[in-house]
Amino acid sequence: MNLPLLELRRQPSRFIVATVVLSFLATLLMFLGGLLDGLYLGSTGAIRAQQADVIVYSESARDSFLRSRITSEQRAQVEAAEGVEEVGGIGFVLLGAQVPGETDIANVAVAGYETPPKGVPAPPPDGQGIADTRLEDAGASTGDVILVGPQQTPIEIIGFVDDTSYLQQSSVWVNLPTWRAVQNANRPDSTVSDDIVQALVVSGTGDLVTSIDTATAGATSTLTKDDAVLALPGVKQQGDTFNQIIYSTLVVVLAVVGLFFSLLTLERLGLYGVLKAIGASTRRLFAGVVLQAVIVAVVAFVIGSLLAIGAAAALPAAVPLQLTPARFLSTFIGLVVAAVLGSAVSLRKVTKVDPASAIGNAS
Amino acid sequence: MTVLDMRDIRKVYRSGDIDIVALDHATVQVDHGEIVALLGPSGSGKTTLLSIAGGLLTPTEGTVVVGGHDISEYNAKQLTEFRRENVGFVFQSVNLVPFLTAEENLLVVDELGGNKGGKAAKGRARSLLEELGLGHRVKNLPGQLSGGERQRVAIGRALFNNPKLVLFDEPTSALDTKIGEQVMELIRTEMKARDTAAIIVTHDTRMTHYADRTVHIVDGRLDAGTVTA
Repeated sequence: MNLPLLELRRQPSRFIVATVVLSFLATLLMFLGGLLDGLYLGSTGAIRAQQADVIVYSESARDSFLRSRITSEQRAQVEAAEGVEEVGGIGFVLLGAQVPGETDIANVAVAGYETPPKGVPAPPPDGQGIADTRLEDAGASTGDVILVGPQQTPIEIIGFVDDTSYLQQSSVWVNLPTWRAVQNANRPDSTVSDDIVQALVVSGTGDLVTSIDTATAGATSTLTKDDAVLALPGVKQQGDTFNQIIYSTLVVVLAVVGLFFSLLTLERLGLYGVLKAIGASTRRLFAGVVLQAVIVAVVAFVIGSLLAIGAAAALPAAVPLQLTPARFLSTFIGLVVAAVLGSAVSLRKVTKVDPASAIGNAS
Repeated sequence: MTVLDMRDIRKVYRSGDIDIVALDHATVQVDHGEIVALLGPSGSGKTTLLSIAGGLLTPTEGTVVVGGHDISEYNAKQLTEFRRENVGFVFQSVNLVPFLTAEENLLVVDELGGNKGGKAAKGRARSLLEELGLGHRVKNLPGQLSGGERQRVAIGRALFNNPKLVLFDEPTSALDTKIGEQVMELIRTEMKARDTAAIIVTHDTRMTHYADRTVHIVDGRLDAGTVTA
């Protein structure tokens, strides 16, 4: 027999209001988190997929691929730097693409590479590309020839790969000559010669950031892969904004739990007096309050998860909502921690209950 | 043999700059199987005396020995454990746990002792309830019981751990005369059958004949006691 559990089972109506409010807050938490994850994953896939330790930009690029240019001399200096084991060139160009049979123009990021990112095969022959599955969602199929940019440069799609999108656009992975051809044909204001790449993806050992920038005498700006992800336009700002909203929502959860269980404890003061008189410890009574708060939070999490999954299924694919296992886990932990902290507000009230109040009290 | 031995008890409450003496050198002993009625007007110190006897309050001065335990200097944690194992309480307003059945209200005592309400405990709860005439009510919630039945469940809860001393705080005040007398008769029968000591606080002089002795309290002072049964 467990008193807090029996009360939940036999008097569930007492906990309905808190459960409903927390369920909606849990849905909101997962919805916000899902949007954040969707935006983050959709913006950063091409960089997260790089099998490299650091990314090397030109010094003047301010950590932007589109502004960066690495020459063959600089590449040689990087290759000679201490700890460097593997170096690959990379370049992006953002363009519209006509998918056969589709009226809408799809947004693509044509990505030239040498070192294959995770899940991407070795660079294909000239004029062919491996597209992110986003382009498949936009109507493309294997064997289609998409026409890229104002010059309608053709690229034949020979396969698809997951989770490699770049700034919410489908990457199309091509070899470096094809990337240069697309860039030069469609971006005449920023052409690149045959020995130029935008950046280098580098694997190796030791402090590569310092050794590379030292080896190039400051002509490069090297970032770890994680820093390069955060340096993508908007990624850090989106994360900070959404996280602020998520933390604020957790504070509301804490306040709801605190208020609700404070009121419930106030209602129970007489009963707590009696239970203390017949031998219940403060610790046992308080543990009961915490246990009930945690169970209400867990039930709210389950309901909130189902609502969030339902909402995700009902939303159009254009909304970048992605519910990941990590988001469910972090929401669960956030709710449980908020429930424990919120219920702790009742500790003072439970502690102050005088067992002697049970005697001479006719109310 | 003495179960409760309170000697020279003083209890002083501080209210602002004024000391209020709730008990003034009160001395009382209660033996095994003895039922003592504690009679006095409101504010006379009955509740304070009962609370000190049951380890709910500690005295300002004097010694309290219950079943061989000198609890005068016990801290809050020791008193909690002491009450759980040695004293039964029946309160003025019945105060059963509203979402527990009659049987579970008895098993609460077992659970508070860190047990899981096993077969032996359940058997004891049922047998106690049957003894109290509630064999057919074991699965009923307090809201489904009459006032007299609730008070009988409360008596069962007080007796569950075989306490040495049971303290009754105006057990019949919420009952009509007839039910009140039945409850007092039951209290007397159960206490005598178990040779358990009891103090019954009451306003009602009609109930004192169920006690072996009546002790009057006025302004925190006790008289020597009158044998009433």
